Amino acid sequence: MIPVPIAPAMPDAIFALTLALLLLAPLTIAGIALINTGLGRSRSAAQSLLGNLAIVAATAIVFAVVGAAWAGTAGFVDHSFQLAGKPWSWLGAGPLLLGGFSTATPQTQLALLFEFLAVALAALIPWGSGADRWRLTAGCASAAVLAAIVFPLLAHWVWGGGWLAQLGVNFGLGAGFQDAGGAATVHMLGGLSALAVVWIAGARTGKFPKEGFSTALPGHNAVYVLFGCLLALVGWLAWNVAGAVIWLHAPPAVLPVTAINTLLSASGALAATFTVTRVRFGKPDASMCANGWLAGLVASTACAGLITPGQALFVGLVTGIATPLLVELMELALSIDDPSGAISVHAVGGLLGLLAVGIFASQPGQLLAQLVGIATLLGVFLPLVYLLFRLLNRVAPFRVDPDGERIGMDLHELGGGAYPDFVIHRDESYR
Amino acid sequence: MKLAGLLVMPAGFFLTIAALVLFPAPAPRAAFVICGLAVEGLGLAVAVRGHMEARGESRP
Repeated sequence: MIPVPIAPAMPDAIFALTLALLLLAPLTIAGIALINTGLGRSRSAAQSLLGNLAIVAATAIVFAVVGAAWAGTAGFVDHSFQLAGKPWSWLGAGPLLLGGFSTATPQTQLALLFEFLAVALAALIPWGSGADRWRLTAGCASAAVLAAIVFPLLAHWVWGGGWLAQLGVNFGLGAGFQDAGGAATVHMLGGLSALAVVWIAGARTGKFPKEGFSTALPGHNAVYVLFGCLLALVGWLAWNVAGAVIWLHAPPAVLPVTAINTLLSASGALAATFTVTRVRFGKPDASMCANGWLAGLVASTACAGLITPGQALFVGLVTGIATPLLVELMELALSIDDPSGAISVHAVGGLLGLLAVGIFASQPGQLLAQLVGIATLLGVFLPLVYLLFRLLNRVAPFRVDPDGERIGMDLHELGGGAYPDFVIHRDESYR
Repeated sequence: MKLAGLLVMPAGFFLTIAALVLFPAPAPRAAFVICGLAVEGLGLAVAVRGHMEARGESRP
């Protein structure tokens, strides 16, 4: 075990600002929860929103008990081994149950608070992809697995002084793998987990008929989705600026640009998606535009504190063009039923943001460091999450039984619907 | 087939790690890292293909 280097001391004013930002950042979680619910069907709305709450609770408890110790933060010790004469730090070795947290440095406390929010958001992302067929208990169990094992491992490698963060020191690759807001630890991990969930739970009944194209099963409330996007913007501005302070140790002069870059990336993505869907379908598509906006925010997560406003706009435009095309490709060509579009939005948006850090960086070797980080996510974490979820599926089956799916997750799992005063239309796919 | 694809992906990761350890020069190191990513891409393509075949068999 070797001690992790301690970050420079933080002035009181910056501490207070960052804490205030982190108290606003949960609006991101609220936005994603609304989007997940709105993109599902009305017969599963209450189960979806309750699931979002339960997942946040499950991740907070599990991360406090074990996850935070393994994630490790500056000032704690870690597990490492020697390879080719270099130390490879692979797991944090902090005390369980947040031991020593109250006496930790202010920066360490902020970093832990950031990680609490990050793990909750990472676990929420696959919940939207499993909408209308993923059981509540299985969703909470998978969130617990993410918070206990997967997220701490990745968070340590990226944020806790792990081997990815040390690529610059040990191998001369720029400043090491950089991910100030969680494009890798939150969004790519969440998006890849969503892919694993969709593979295991399968498509919704009637989504892919034997002949012809896939059946459109549109979300039940575009207002939830679009208002969720606005809430997410507020949260994201706070999230990215707080991330720049905590993980990049950015000076105050960089913080307004970070916020502007976040807004520009989302705006560029929305403009591009709006245009692409208008050209392809004759009219702009509301849910696809929401996906584009969100993908722009996701792409900004890694790079907002490191690039110029012009570059942020470019990143947003590229992401906004790619997102609707990928959503279509997933559904029509690859038979992947992802109601929230989380795989395209979070996995691919996060990947583009991580690449942007390398492409626009001034330090030599930064692009290679980002590629090594992306290779780690694809080569280690997708197989790991899929394996863990497959095992979990044997203990707590992911998919609801056909009758439960037919009557809706609200009635089946909660005993009552989200909209008891409204007539729910018959589902054509069950004729 | 899906599992086979997912088993190929860690091989790409180890290729990337090998590039870091074995090649100090930037050009061969970058080439091997890109090869590692390509192997991961192939593994992902096989896994996706396996999913599509499984879906085709189970369609109602």
